[in-house]
Amino acid sequence: MWNYTKAVHDHFLHPHNVGPLKDANAVGEVGSLTCGDALKLYLKINDKNIIEDAGFETFGCASAIASSSVLTDMVKGMSVDDALKLTNKDIANALGGLPKQKMHCSVMGQEALEAAIRQWKGEPPVPHAHEEGKLVCKCFGITDAQIIRAIRENNLKTVEEITNYTKAGGACGSCLDEISEILAAEIKQKPLKELKPLPRITNIQRMQLVLKTIDEDIRPRLAADGGDIELVDVEGKRVVVALKGRCAQCRVSDVTIHDLVERLLREHVEPGIVVEEA
Amino acid sequence: MKTIYLDNNATTAIAPEVREAMLPYLGDLYGNPSSMHTFGGQISEAVENAREQLASLLGADPDEIIFTACGSESDNTAVWSALQTQPEKRRLVTTRVEHPAILNVMQHWERQGYHVTYLGVDNKGRLNLDEYAQALTPDTALVSIMFANNETGNIHPIQRMAEMAKEKGVLFHTDAVQAVGKASIDLKKMPVDMLSLSGHKLHTPKGIGAMYVRRGVRFRPLIRGGHQERGRRAGTENVPYIVGLGVAAQLAAAHFEEELFNVAKLRNALEQGIVKNIPDSIINGDVDNRLPNTTNISFKNVEGEAILLMLDRLGICASSGSACSSGSLEPSHVLRAMGVPFNYAHGSIRLSLSRYTTQEEVDFTVQHFPEVINTLRMISPFKE
Repeated sequence: MWNYTKAVHDHFLHPHNVGPLKDANAVGEVGSLTCGDALKLYLKINDKNIIEDAGFETFGCASAIASSSVLTDMVKGMSVDDALKLTNKDIANALGGLPKQKMHCSVMGQEALEAAIRQWKGEPPVPHAHEEGKLVCKCFGITDAQIIRAIRENNLKTVEEITNYTKAGGACGSCLDEISEILAAEIKQKPLKELKPLPRITNIQRMQLVLKTIDEDIRPRLAADGGDIELVDVEGKRVVVALKGRCAQCRVSDVTIHDLVERLLREHVEPGIVVEEA
Repeated sequence: MKTIYLDNNATTAIAPEVREAMLPYLGDLYGNPSSMHTFGGQISEAVENAREQLASLLGADPDEIIFTACGSESDNTAVWSALQTQPEKRRLVTTRVEHPAILNVMQHWERQGYHVTYLGVDNKGRLNLDEYAQALTPDTALVSIMFANNETGNIHPIQRMAEMAKEKGVLFHTDAVQAVGKASIDLKKMPVDMLSLSGHKLHTPKGIGAMYVRRGVRFRPLIRGGHQERGRRAGTENVPYIVGLGVAAQLAAAHFEEELFNVAKLRNALEQGIVKNIPDSIINGDVDNRLPNTTNISFKNVEGEAILLMLDRLGICASSGSACSSGSLEPSHVLRAMGVPFNYAHGSIRLSLSRYTTQEEVDFTVQHFPEVINTLRMISPFKE
């Protein structure tokens, strides 16, 4: 069960400003039935550019309804310019916070507000709508511009947070790599996979490292059980060894090879190493 | 406010008889069943008695029952054992509508290089037996198909499917967590090789499960260690809960007719009362072939989590296949596999009854459901 604040419960159970405004001169619509939430925001803006009245219709969960309700309260009496400065964080804060998986509900409120004001100004629909910016998440129709905005306004640090705030990547997950790249570019860091390049070593270095690991780490452990090991061959990442002494007759020599020799070589030399018995 | 518990597929109330039977083993009778002394030995008798009680409910022999910690452990063990005992076989067959306890296990083995066939369902959630027959290849290590679906209550044709697997020499496992006590299961007649069940769906506390492994089916334990459960599941026995599960099995057998008739009657009254009074509501699943206690209803253009919270305010406990209520962003995989349209899938509610559900509770729920849906539809921008 979600841990909603009292404000979320109150706004959900007794939402303010429900329903279309008859004399609205600005309407913003975001979301869809497919996505699982949708908000239609109605504003009445007077000739002094003040939002006189607001109303909403929302399809969605409790936090979506509460976000819409609190948003209409917030914008009433506000100038258009001030309203445009509102962020999704302001909406979430007005509710005393939202569970992190529900932050996208506050983003939806901010986007509907912006859409309504742009319609009133006679501007084309939201700048970060699908026409502008590149479509990243096909399941929920989220563009890179929307993702970047969520990252900047909420100081997001992980892909998971981006999904919580925008829903991007939350369904099939095929765009998660792309989201990761956008995030990396935003926080001025290279993507993780470039940060940690796989160590590249030459054959000679590999052989030396294998020998060193066998001498220093593996042989002493086998010796404790009366066994010994001999390196037979190193061929690329394939390491061939022979077990000696007690290990040679041991019924669990397979386990020794894999759980001990291979594990230690992977740890000390290279991850891809495969060990075989001669 | 009175709680009206209509979420029995999630978990059930602990039967008073079960609790009573458990108490001595939470008190003076704390011995270890493996001990050689009489004090421990009497505990071993209680465990074996519970094993007989559970075996009798399923039409099994006591030595075919292994006690586990939960249904998930039984499921994990069944798949693991089938793969370990037949290392040459590389295929698994299951359905798209399984519980995560099987689906995520299958996906795990898929990542290990196994090939998994996920059988689809039609718009009522029914499997296609021709598609199933095709999937039974010689290198299939295991078929795992749930006896009854937890979301819709659909009962799959396990008797027939197990027979088909047997003809092809393929092992057959069924996750019967939702079905035990609510559907007719006789393992003397059904050629099922392995079966999983869970106590807390059957009026025991959470933390006890069991699996059935047909005598003669090769088995490898998932949990190794001591010789408990004849070496098939290590770990000192969870004695109080095993005793509780035995009594719960006995109660399930005693109340079986009641479950089939009285609970189904209440479920039908609840379902019809809701659907009749609320336009644009549909029942999901195969209404002619499902558990007697379950109904799954979708309401067009409203969202499930919002419905749940409004019901919660009335003291009514239900669950939803909506995306928002689960924390995932997509609606239930079961409803999507059935092709339920999105504007209905997001607004699905599961109501599941038990033998403790009363007519008054059903009446109260039927009476208050329309106001919940109407309130949310009034807020919704989608109107018909």
